[in-house]
Amino acid sequence: MIRIEQVYKRFRKLQVLNNISARFDEGQVVALIGPNGSGKTTLIKSILGMVRPDKGTIHVHNQPVNGDPAYRQFIGYMPQIGRYPDNMRVGELFEMIKKIRHQEQTDEDLLRQFDLPSVYQKPMRTLSGGTRQKVSAALAFLFNPPVLILDEPTAGLDPLSTEILKEKIITEKKKNKLILITSHVLSDLEEITTHILYLQEGNMQFFKDLASLQEETGEIRLSKAIARVMRGQETNNQWIDRLFALETKNESPR
Amino acid sequence: MLKLSRYVLYDILRNKIVIAYTLFLFLVSFSMFRMEENGSKALLSLLNIVLIVLPLVSLVFTTIHYYNSYEFIELMLSQPLSRTRIILSEYGAVCVSLLTAFWLGVGVPVLLFAPDATGFALLFTGSSLTVVFTSIAFLAAVRSKDKARGIGLALLLWFYFALIYDGLVLMILFAFSDYPMEKFTLLLSALNPIDLGRIFIMLKMDISALMGYTGALYKDFFGSGTGVAFTSGIMLLWAAVPLWLSVRSFRRKDM
Amino acid sequence: MKHIPTILALLLFLQTGATTIIAGPGRPVSTLRKAIELARDNDSIRLQAGIYKEGSLTISRSITLIGDNNPVLDGESKYEILLVSGKNIRIIGITFRNSGYSAMNDFASIKLVDCSNIILERNTVWHAYFAIHVSNSIQVTIRGNKITGIPASEQLTGNGIHLWKSSGALIEQNRVEGHRDGIYFEFVTGSVIRGNHSEKNIRYGLHFMFSNDDKYTNNTFRNNGAGVAVMYSKKVWMEQNHFEENWGASAYGILLKDITDSHILKNSFYKNTVGIHMEGSSRIEIDQNQFRNNGWAIKVQASCDDNIFHHNNFTSNSFDVGTNGTMVLNQFENNYWDKYEGYDMNKDGIGDIPYHPVSMYSVIIEQNPTTLMLFRSFMVSLLDKAEKAIPSLTPENLIDNKPMMKKHNL
Repeated sequence: MIRIEQVYKRFRKLQVLNNISARFDEGQVVALIGPNGSGKTTLIKSILGMVRPDKGTIHVHNQPVNGDPAYRQFIGYMPQIGRYPDNMRVGELFEMIKKIRHQEQTDEDLLRQFDLPSVYQKPMRTLSGGTRQKVSAALAFLFNPPVLILDEPTAGLDPLSTEILKEKIITEKKKNKLILITSHVLSDLEEITTHILYLQEGNMQFFKDLASLQEETGEIRLSKAIARVMRGQETNNQWIDRLFALETKNESPR
Repeated sequence: MLKLSRYVLYDILRNKIVIAYTLFLFLVSFSMFRMEENGSKALLSLLNIVLIVLPLVSLVFTTIHYYNSYEFIELMLSQPLSRTRIILSEYGAVCVSLLTAFWLGVGVPVLLFAPDATGFALLFTGSSLTVVFTSIAFLAAVRSKDKARGIGLALLLWFYFALIYDGLVLMILFAFSDYPMEKFTLLLSALNPIDLGRIFIMLKMDISALMGYTGALYKDFFGSGTGVAFTSGIMLLWAAVPLWLSVRSFRRKDM
Repeated sequence: MKHIPTILALLLFLQTGATTIIAGPGRPVSTLRKAIELARDNDSIRLQAGIYKEGSLTISRSITLIGDNNPVLDGESKYEILLVSGKNIRIIGITFRNSGYSAMNDFASIKLVDCSNIILERNTVWHAYFAIHVSNSIQVTIRGNKITGIPASEQLTGNGIHLWKSSGALIEQNRVEGHRDGIYFEFVTGSVIRGNHSEKNIRYGLHFMFSNDDKYTNNTFRNNGAGVAVMYSKKVWMEQNHFEENWGASAYGILLKDITDSHILKNSFYKNTVGIHMEGSSRIEIDQNQFRNNGWAIKVQASCDDNIFHHNNFTSNSFDVGTNGTMVLNQFENNYWDKYEGYDMNKDGIGDIPYHPVSMYSVIIEQNPTTLMLFRSFMVSLLDKAEKAIPSLTPENLIDNKPMMKKHNL
């Protein structure tokens, strides 16, 4: 679904992405985790074509990310901060995006569940941060895309809405979609994640499925498992070796 | 492309700053025409608005708008839209909204009170300067790393085109006053859209004075068909080149 | 002038014996030449419609020549058409066309030499070198003629109405265009020019030299190559004339050069490069004039003194006053300046702070004309404002101490 091959990106002195290679497939819910400034957002932006890698290639649905914007119809993106033109009404935003994508079938589940039609007439600037997040989420899922990229989706959402969103993610996961999530609130992700990609200072520390991570560390809880990984830095290398061995094993039958 | 720019345009037209700008222009123009008994003196006061306020507002508003729309532009970038299309849509929307403000604020009073050659020259210059400085502002905004730098650069550019450039020209003209500089001033005027627009209006407003001295050269040059073509052509370049550069930058830019 | 009653009485007396000769194609007298030969003092010739190509004709007796239905005298581009030398002669309603050109003599359609008491009325002159040429004559009236030249170079085009060394002339209600100078006066005294319309002449609409005690009123001078020049004369009275659209590097509404003791009043100057340009002139009173939309309303060279400008209106001029020096010996008072930004606390209609009609930038442009390019720029208006606060370049004593708050009703 998404193939990242030896991607490097440097912003002036800072090496933001350092030789990242990964492959995300249908049915996976990949949690991109790592401390602030570890390169999560840059990786996502590279996939979306907003950041151009210095080296390496990215393919989405077998289409290279290199300027032709057509591949982005396969992606639904929910940004970390949703800011919209102040005086645009909520309804107008949806209307506009629908016109841009000119796609007939839409998935308006979230729209309804978040009760967004009731604020259709409101200008964007009057919305609270949480409502704007709801708008962003509804937009991301609107066109039923095979790939969903959610950047800190639960930040700023009230617990009820977080739950609705999680339910939605699970539903989509069952439809065999690829879902990429960045978050620093690990507990939010625990129930839905299938894979973990851990980034630190631009390096991919590991990329593993949840089951093997739990097995490796002997911890059931995701956060604890990761904490353990972080503590045992020396073993990291072996881990990553094993991780890739596992990956290739997993993939071969397919 | 029109889909996106149409919605952005709707948004900007409801923007408080744009509405305030329109009202400001309208009130100033209207009261100038009501206060001054002769229309030409009102046009003279409006000339200063057009040459100073218009570029300033175009530069600053455009830069601020660009940075305020940054996240929205990112969202658009996640859609199957090309970068060129997005930046041109934004440009088109800002341009049309500022032009609308200018035409409602200055155009309507001028057409009501002074629909003569000077009035039309003023409207031509005002429209051109709006388009040109929106273009320059896009370049400044796209090239700058953050909002503060962008606005700073926009203000600096305004200061340069509105004031410093003329100071430099004055120095050059005095330093080389022993040489025939008439033709050279034509080149100098082309290097600053504000000067070019000002001379275009002066040809109508101060035609009598222009006929003396070197003015006859301006009259012969700018007054002829070639001159009008020259003025429009240079204005077009001033709009197109920065826009082209900013599209090029934007296409290569990391968001 | 005291002879006029005598002359009139004489005319009346002689009238009784006068005859009228009717001349024209198909008449007993078929040519004008014949008619002029036959005519005696006080006779009239009524010239019938037709085209007469009779070379050069001379009238020296006191006769009246009247054209019926617009007869045309054609000079075939070779001849001076009519030479008049005598007294009490009237020429009315004739069309003169295609008079000849001579590099040696000033060929004219109508030439008056050593005349007195002549009336030229309602004639039309088309395509002449000089149209009406008067020299050494007194009491000549030129009224209601229409003179149209075909402008060539300044050398190949003569003047429309040309007077030399004459006095007591009345030039009235004529229209002159397409000549070198529309109306030309040299050594002409005690004469009046009024109600004429002189435009599109290649040099001056009115050119006036060494001519004292003359008066010109209610004329319109428009779009002439260099406007109007009044030079080396004394006691000239200029009233209610219109000077319009005289454009060019050396075009003036009026150019005053070495003029003294004269009066310029109630004129209107509209859209001239320079409204009034003065040099070497003194004791001129300039009042109640309107200066509108000129490049410079007035340019006063430092060689002028004792002139007074008062109760004029200055509106929409690019520059009000220009000067080339810092010494100013002229006076400005009670004028209305639309650029005045002062106030009137005691409500007497006169501004409480003086007005400086010379802007800093007009001084700069005087020094370096190419800087006109920067006129009306933001920087220049800042400079002008600064100069107003702390005068350094502009002549300090060129001020109107009593600027009016409201426009004069003129």
